[in-house]
Amino acid sequence: MTYFGLSTRNWKFFGLAVLLVAACVLPFLVSNYRTFQFTLVLVNSIALLGINILTGYNGQISLGHGAFYAIGAFTAAILMDQAGVPYWATVPAAGAVCLMAGFLFGLPALRLEGLYLALATLALGVAMPQLLKYKGIEQWTGGVQGIVIIKPDAPLGLAINSDQWVYFFTLAVTVIMFLIGWNLLRGRVGRAIVAIRDQPIAAQAMGINTAMYKSLTFGVSAMFTGVAGALGAIAVQFVAPDSFAIGLSFAFLFGSVIGGIFSVSGAVYGAMFLLFIPNISEGISKAAPQAIFGTFLIVFMFVMPAGIAGSIRYAWAWVQRRTGAGPAKN
Amino acid sequence: MEGFLLQVLSGLATGGIYASLALAVVMIFKATNLVNFAQGEMAMFSTYLAWQLLDWGMPYWGAFFLTIALAFVGGVVIERVVIRPFESHAAVLAVVTVFIGLFLILNSLAGWTWDHIIKVFPSPFPSGSVLGGYLSGHQLGLLGVTLSVLALVYLFFRFTPLGLAMRAAAENPESSRLVGIRVSWMLALGWGLAGALGAVAGMMVAPIVYLEPNMMAFVLIYAFAGALLGGIDNPWGAVVGGFTVGVLENVMGTYVVGTELKLSVALVIIITVLVAKPSGLFGKQLVTRV
Repeated sequence: MTYFGLSTRNWKFFGLAVLLVAACVLPFLVSNYRTFQFTLVLVNSIALLGINILTGYNGQISLGHGAFYAIGAFTAAILMDQAGVPYWATVPAAGAVCLMAGFLFGLPALRLEGLYLALATLALGVAMPQLLKYKGIEQWTGGVQGIVIIKPDAPLGLAINSDQWVYFFTLAVTVIMFLIGWNLLRGRVGRAIVAIRDQPIAAQAMGINTAMYKSLTFGVSAMFTGVAGALGAIAVQFVAPDSFAIGLSFAFLFGSVIGGIFSVSGAVYGAMFLLFIPNISEGISKAAPQAIFGTFLIVFMFVMPAGIAGSIRYAWAWVQRRTGAGPAKN
Repeated sequence: MEGFLLQVLSGLATGGIYASLALAVVMIFKATNLVNFAQGEMAMFSTYLAWQLLDWGMPYWGAFFLTIALAFVGGVVIERVVIRPFESHAAVLAVVTVFIGLFLILNSLAGWTWDHIIKVFPSPFPSGSVLGGYLSGHQLGLLGVTLSVLALVYLFFRFTPLGLAMRAAAENPESSRLVGIRVSWMLALGWGLAGALGAVAGMMVAPIVYLEPNMMAFVLIYAFAGALLGGIDNPWGAVVGGFTVGVLENVMGTYVVGTELKLSVALVIIITVLVAKPSGLFGKQLVTRV
C-alpha cells in the first residue's frame, strides 16, 4: 500500500532512518546530564528487549532479570578493574557470561510453567544481591562497596566529551542488539519461539526441539540483559550489589509491559517510560513514584494490555481501515 | 548439641511465621490457582496499621485484633476492586503484572505514609528467655500465637458451614454455584482470610526484623519455599513446609553456608523442589489432559 508515494515498508525504513539521525544529533543539542539519561534509555531498551523475547514471545515469565543485569554489570566491572580489559571488550564478554548463566538457569526452568517460573526467578532476583556480597568473592566484587569504573574518553582525538562518547558507543551496541533481536524473531527461529508459547505440544509435533529452544531463549534473553548491564556499568561508572535489588527486576517487567511486551519496538517505548515517568510522577506526588508506577501497571493491564507498541499497531490498522487501504478482509 | 537444639528451636519459631504466610499463599492458590506475589506487602501494610494504632495509644491486643479485622476487609476490597476484573481472562502474565503492581503500590504507600525509617515494633510477650534459655519470650509467644491461628483456621474450614462452602467453591466452582454458593464472594472471603493471616505473620515477625517497608521481602521468599516444599495446593503441607524451611534456614545458616547466604537456601529449596518434585512433599500430582 502506498501513502504519498511510499509503501508501508518504505515508510517504516524512512521512519527508522529519521529516528537514527535524530538519535545521532541528540547529544549535541542537550546537556551532558540529558545525554547521560538518554544513554540509560538505550541501556534499558536492550534489557527490555531481552524480557520481550523471553516473556512476550516465548511466554516464560521472569521476575528476576535484574540478576542477569547484575551479572553483566559485574562481569564488565571486574574485567576492567582486575584484568585491565578495555571497556569495549567487556560488553561481548558480559554477553557471553550471561548467555551461559541464562542457559544454565533455563535448564531446570524448563520444567516450570507460568507462575512457578515466576516464583523461581523471583527467588533468584531477591537472592542475587546477597550472593554478590558473599565474602568468598569479595576480593573481586568489592563486597558492599562495589567497584568504581573510570569513564572512557573518546578515541582518535574526536572532539566530543566522554558523556557523548559513551552515548554513541551505547547507541552503536543498541543498534546491533536490536538488529540481532529483530532478525532472530522474524524468521524460522522466531516462529518456533512463538509456537512454543502458544501450542507447546503442537510445536513439538512439528519437530521443534522445545526443551532446547526454551533454554536457549532463556540464555539469549539473559545475554541481552547482560549486555545492557555491562553498558549500564560503563555509563554509571559504578556497580554495587545493592543497586541490583528486586526492584530492578520489577522495573524491567514493568517497562516491557508498558512498552508492549509482544514487540521489538516496545522495548524503546518502555525504556523511555521507565526513565522519564519518575520525573513526571514526582511532580504529581513527591514521595510515591512507585505507587504511581504500580497504578499505571494495573491500569495498563485493564485498558491496553498490548502496551504502547500494541496500541500504535491498532491505531495504524484503524487508520488503514478508515482510508480503505488496509489489508483485505476475508 | 545444645547449640544445635537452640538453632532448631529458634528455627521453629521463625518457621511459624513462614507457615502462616505460606498458608495465606496456599489459601489464595487453592481458591484461584494464583500465587499472590503481593502477600508479603499486604502483611507489611497491615503491620504498619497496627503500629499506627499502637502509636495512637491503643492497648496491644486491641490493636492486634483490630488490625486483623482491617486486614480482612483490606483483602476483600483488593479482591473485589483489583483482582476480580482479571478473574475471567486470567492470562498468567496479566495476573503476575497486576500482583507486581499491587506490590509496588503497597510498598510505596507504606514508605510514603510512615517514612522509610526503621521502626521498633513492640512484642506483647516478656523479653526474658524461657525454657532454660533455649527460646526468648517472644519466640515462644509467637509460636503459641501461630499454632493457635493455624488451629483456628483448621477448625473454621473443618467445622463451619461457611468453611465448607469455601472449600467447595475452591474445589468445584460449577457444582458449588448450582447448590447456591456464591463462589465469587467465597473467593473474596478467601482473600480476606489470607490478608488476616498475613497480618498475624507481619505483627509477629516485626519485633524480630523491625518495621520497614521492605521487611517482608525475605519472609515472603521463605514462605514461598515453604509452600512449595509442602505442596502448594496442600494447607497442611504449607504449614509443615513453613516450619521445615525455618529450621533448615537456621541450621544451614549456622553450620553450612554462613548467615550471609541464608537467602540462597530458600532459592536452592525452591529450585530443587520445583525440579525434583514439583508437587511438593504432600501435594497432589497434577495431571494435565492434552
